[in-house]
Amino acid sequence: MENPVLIFFIFLPFLAAFIIPLLNLFWDQAKTIVLLLVSLVLFLLSAIIVINPPQITMYAPGGWYPVDNIPLGIHLVGDGLSRFMLLIINTLAFFCAIYAIPYIKLFTGQKYFYTLFFLQLAGLNGVVLTGDMFNLFVFMEVAAKASYALVAFGVKKTEIEASFKYQVIGGLASLFMLFGIAMLYWMTSTLNMADISVVLKNNHVDNTSLIRFAQLFLLAGVAIKSAMIPFHAWLPDAHSSAPSPVSAMLSGVVIKVLGVYVILRLFINVFEPCGFMSMVIAVLGGISMTAGVILAIGAWDLKRLLAYHSISQMGYVLMGTGIGMGVIASGENPEVVALTFTGAMFHMINHSVFKGLLFLTAGSIEYSTGNLDLRRMGGLAQYMPLTMIASFAASMAIAGIPPFNGFFSKFTIIVAAIQGGYYFRAALGMLVGIITLASFVKFQRYAFFGKPLTGITLKQTPVLMNVSMIALAVLCLLMSLFIFPEVRAVFLDPAVNILIESTD
Amino acid sequence: MTLYILCFILFLTGLYGLLISRNIIKIVISLTIVEISIFLMLILIGYISGGIAPVIFQQEVPQHQAVVDPLPQTMVLTAIVIALATNSMILAMAIRLYKKYGTFDIHEINKLKG
Repeated sequence: MENPVLIFFIFLPFLAAFIIPLLNLFWDQAKTIVLLLVSLVLFLLSAIIVINPPQITMYAPGGWYPVDNIPLGIHLVGDGLSRFMLLIINTLAFFCAIYAIPYIKLFTGQKYFYTLFFLQLAGLNGVVLTGDMFNLFVFMEVAAKASYALVAFGVKKTEIEASFKYQVIGGLASLFMLFGIAMLYWMTSTLNMADISVVLKNNHVDNTSLIRFAQLFLLAGVAIKSAMIPFHAWLPDAHSSAPSPVSAMLSGVVIKVLGVYVILRLFINVFEPCGFMSMVIAVLGGISMTAGVILAIGAWDLKRLLAYHSISQMGYVLMGTGIGMGVIASGENPEVVALTFTGAMFHMINHSVFKGLLFLTAGSIEYSTGNLDLRRMGGLAQYMPLTMIASFAASMAIAGIPPFNGFFSKFTIIVAAIQGGYYFRAALGMLVGIITLASFVKFQRYAFFGKPLTGITLKQTPVLMNVSMIALAVLCLLMSLFIFPEVRAVFLDPAVNILIESTD
Repeated sequence: MTLYILCFILFLTGLYGLLISRNIIKIVISLTIVEISIFLMLILIGYISGGIAPVIFQQEVPQHQAVVDPLPQTMVLTAIVIALATNSMILAMAIRLYKKYGTFDIHEINKLKG
């Protein structure tokens, strides 16, 4: 079905990105108004498009429709998974935009921040909507380039260093992706994802070992982008050096879209899930889940601690995905497949909300006290009660304490692992959950309780920052409702069905 | 086949340079070598021996005349533009790094521990 709304998710942020510096020449407030308006419109559009009845919509920019079932041009495809990812991206982007308005006054060159923010958003929306392999690479580069610039936005010593590291490693990851895409085009003579999967399924490709070679290059590229443990060196630096709303976007959305979404799309929809790939993905997920949380325990810098937890929580999502793929490939227990993918999707949207919120509260602490070292904090509860409530909600959510959303998604993944017969992975998931709790108890204890600070004047956090944090904290509670089948049927099931159906 | 293997050797050379060099400018050059090797491979994929350029001529093209695949060529053009952005930004960042640290040696640029 044709749906021209899809193009607006790419067109509007690009328009906003380049119109802001122009309008700002004439009127100083224009950038704020454009930022709020465009991000609100995108948020509402993504909510409407998710609630609409689930059927696959597409749009062909330029009117290049398929001829005799041979795809021409680039198609935007809005299936359940894409729409689910759009909801994640645009919701967090809206709240980060509200938060960024007062926060970014700490920096110079504010209008460039708004431009880069929208470029990143356009790239992310493009990645989830496109149905073309090379276009996927192009949008990944758009999002990645904007992220590199945003990481270095403060132009301090450490920020430039983090950005340089991110650029070298991220650039290499993009080239691995390009190499994989080139190999895939060589084997299948098409770039359209649906077409590639048809060609591969009908065994029109003789040389399966070359396909495996291409798959490994694609996986290496994506694993670097999603910072799985052997490839994680850039993440703690980049995510802790960026301005806080950008850290929230990087941790909440960018590693999911450029990493996990691409893994789901390529290794479940485009290639058929096979035992070998599922094992590689699940093992990478398990290692990052465990090692990420162990690295986080030793961290004293608040944002660095949160960044290590991002690696660990993405490990949960990838382990769930790997288990699901393994169950599909082995053909045993088909009823577990839906449960694993539901857990992975649910944890992904939960993580975007609570990790985004945690980075925003870290930014708020940095805004009022001027430091991020946990050892030089204390007793902040009485000075910043709203920040403390928001941070408490998010910490409980990430540690998996029952009324909050994180508990239900982790529980779903662990139950799915047990039902699928992966007892070791289930035990590992529980153990990591306990260490995560310990680590966040440490954060709460050192930052908000304990000996109050003396001799330091605290800046009042602005209203807009508090509004955005409280709204996200309420979302942390509300999203526990996703566990009920009626709510799940609207938000999660269309995405899960796309992952299951492709294997029929 | 030899051409593809040479191309892959170029790819590995760039990767090796990226892993062992200490000078940040050399790292950028190695990244460019990896880029170029992939562009060469894309062009090779579309090339047919004895093929002509994929342009619509006024006069009829003789039957069975091989035409090279235009799609990898457009892909390479797009990728070159992206590589231009990558290189210019990474070099701008290298200049800033040099101004802040006063050195190109990555062993001395180590304020962050990864």
